[in-house]
Amino acid sequence: MTVPLLQVEHVMVQIGGLVAVSDLSFMVNEGEVVSLIGPNGAGKTTAFNAITGYMRPRRGAVRFAGRDIIGLSPERIAALGLVRSFQRTSIFGACTVFDNALTALHLRGRSGLLGAFLALPGTRREEALLRGEAMAMLDFVGLAARAGLRADSLAYGEQRRLGIALAAAATPRLLLLDEPAAGLNPSETAECMALIRQLRDRGTTVLLVEHDMAMVMRISDRVVVLNQGRIIADGPPETIRQDPEVIRAYLGGAPLGGHHAAA
Amino acid sequence: MSAVLAPLLGWSFAAAMASVPFLFPDPYLLAVLTSAGIFIIGAISLNLLLGYTGQLSLGHAAFFGLGAYASALATLGFDIAIGFGLRLRLDPQPVWVGFLSAVVVAGLFGWLLGRLAFRVRGAYFVIITICFAQVLRMVSLNWVELTQGPMALTGIPPFALWLPGQGVVELTSKPQTYWLVLGVAVLAFLIVRQIVRSRIGRALVALRENETLARSVGIRVTHYLVIATVVSAGIAGAAGSLFAHYVRIIDPDVFLFIYTVTMVIMVVTGGKGTLWGPVVGGLIFGLLPDMLRGAARPEAQWIAYGLAMILLVMFLPRGIVPAFTGLLAGRRARVVLPAAAAREAAE
Repeated sequence: MTVPLLQVEHVMVQIGGLVAVSDLSFMVNEGEVVSLIGPNGAGKTTAFNAITGYMRPRRGAVRFAGRDIIGLSPERIAALGLVRSFQRTSIFGACTVFDNALTALHLRGRSGLLGAFLALPGTRREEALLRGEAMAMLDFVGLAARAGLRADSLAYGEQRRLGIALAAAATPRLLLLDEPAAGLNPSETAECMALIRQLRDRGTTVLLVEHDMAMVMRISDRVVVLNQGRIIADGPPETIRQDPEVIRAYLGGAPLGGHHAAA
Repeated sequence: MSAVLAPLLGWSFAAAMASVPFLFPDPYLLAVLTSAGIFIIGAISLNLLLGYTGQLSLGHAAFFGLGAYASALATLGFDIAIGFGLRLRLDPQPVWVGFLSAVVVAGLFGWLLGRLAFRVRGAYFVIITICFAQVLRMVSLNWVELTQGPMALTGIPPFALWLPGQGVVELTSKPQTYWLVLGVAVLAFLIVRQIVRSRIGRALVALRENETLARSVGIRVTHYLVIATVVSAGIAGAAGSLFAHYVRIIDPDVFLFIYTVTMVIMVVTGGKGTLWGPVVGGLIFGLLPDMLRGAARPEAQWIAYGLAMILLVMFLPRGIVPAFTGLLAGRRARVVLPAAAAREAAE
C-alpha cells in the first residue's frame, strides 16, 4: 500500500492551559475529498493550525507525503505543497483581484533581486507566464471579470471564492479549506461545491472543515468526526450518517443531513 | 495613469529637473534643491520599508548617518587602536570607494537590524530602530579616536567623477553636485520601482496586507523583510554619502531623530506605498523651509508645519499622490460606469 498523503498521529495541541485537541489521528489519501466535522469548539480549526505550522502540537506526529512536517514554518509547509485557506475571509484587501492571484502564485516563481533590478529576460518570461496563470486561475473561479477591482470591494461570496482561489493557485497537492461555505447562500454554496469538485478533478486532494452537513455529505469521499478534541468516527458519509455516537454528539438525535434534505 | 503615460511623465519630470541649472542658474536655489534631493533619496529608501512592507523604522537616520560616516572615514583614512595592541589603519581612498563603502556598511547594518528586529514586529520594531539610531549617535559622540566626536569630521573631499575626456574631475560647482544628486535620486527611484513591480515587491505588499495569508501561500516573511531592509538601508547610506561629500563636514547630529522624522513626514504626506509619494512630499518639505525663510520666523514655520501635517492627515490620510490619482481614477470610473452596468445587465 502506498503512503497516505497526510498522516496525523496522536496529535495533542494545548492553547494556554486548555487542551484544544487531545488525541487526533486520521489520514488523507491522495485524490480524496475528506471532511473534518464536529460541533463548535471541537478543535477543527486548531487541527488545521497544527497541520499547517501555525501552531506547534504538544505531542504527536504530522506527516505529509511521508515526511515529518512538525516544527516547519507555514511557508515551508506551503512550499512542500500543503496550502490552506482561512475561516475568516482572507485576501489582500488593498490589492486588485488580479494582483491577489499573482501574489498567490509566489511559489511558482523563482526570480530574485538581481532579476528584478535588471529586468532579465528570464524574469520577464516568468512574469508573463505567471500573469497568464493568474488570469487562468481567476477564470477558473469565475472572477476574471473582476480582475481589475480592489479585492475588498468584492461581494462577500466573491471574496470567499477568491480566498479559495488564492489557496489553490499554486496547485498544491493537498488543499485545506476552513469552512469554505461559511455565510454563503444556497446557490453560492452549490457553486463552492462545484469548485471543490473541479479542484479534485485537477488532481488536488482536499481536506475541509465544514458546518453545512448537506454539502459535507454530498461532496466527501470520507468524513472524520471530531468531538471534544478527539476523533469519534471516520468513514464514508453513509456510515457516518447512521453512526449512533455521531448522531448523539453532533445533533442530539436527528439523523445527519436529514434536516437539509430539502436544500 | 496608463502604462505608457506614467513613465513618459516620469522621464519628462526628471528632464525638467535636470534642466533647472540652465533655466535658473541661481546658486541658492540649486543648493536648496540639492539638499532636498539628498533627503528625497532618504525618503525613497524609507518608503520601501514604511510604504511597501508597512514597517515603521524610526531610526532611518541611522543608515543615513552610517553612510555619511563610512564615506567620510574611507576618504579621510583612519588609524585606530582596536585592542590587544593591534591597530587598524586605512589610507585615504578615492571618493567612489567611499560611496560604495557607505552603501555596503549601511546595507550590512540593515541586514543585522532586519535579522534582529523582524523577530519582533510592530511597536517593538519601532522601539528597536529608535534605539539603534541613538546607540550609533552615542558611539559617534564618544569614539573620538575614530569619529572626532563632537569636534566633527572635517575636510571631507568633494565628490569626484571620472568623465570621458577629462579624467577624474572634482565636482565642486553647484550644478555638478546637483546633477550628481539628481542622478542618484533617479537611480534610487528606479531600483525601488523595479523591486516593487517584481515578485519580491508583491511579496512585500502581501506581508503588509495580510501576513498570515502571505505565509500560507509560501512567502518567507523574514527573507523578504530582510531584503527590503538591506536595500532600504543601502540607499539611505548612499544618501548619507552624498550628504557627507556635499556638506564636507559630518558630526554626530546626522543621527538625530529629527532627520528620521523629516523623512517620515515626506513619505507620509506624499503618500506611502506609492512610487512618487516620497518625491512629491520631499519636494514640498525640502523646499518649503527655505522658501518661507524670508516670510516667517523659524518658530512660526514649525507651528505651520505642524498644522499642515494635521490637516493633511485629516483630509488626505493616504497622502497627496494617492488622493490625486484617486481623483483621476474616480473620474474615469464614472465615465466607464454606464457601459459596465449595461454589460452586467445583459449577462
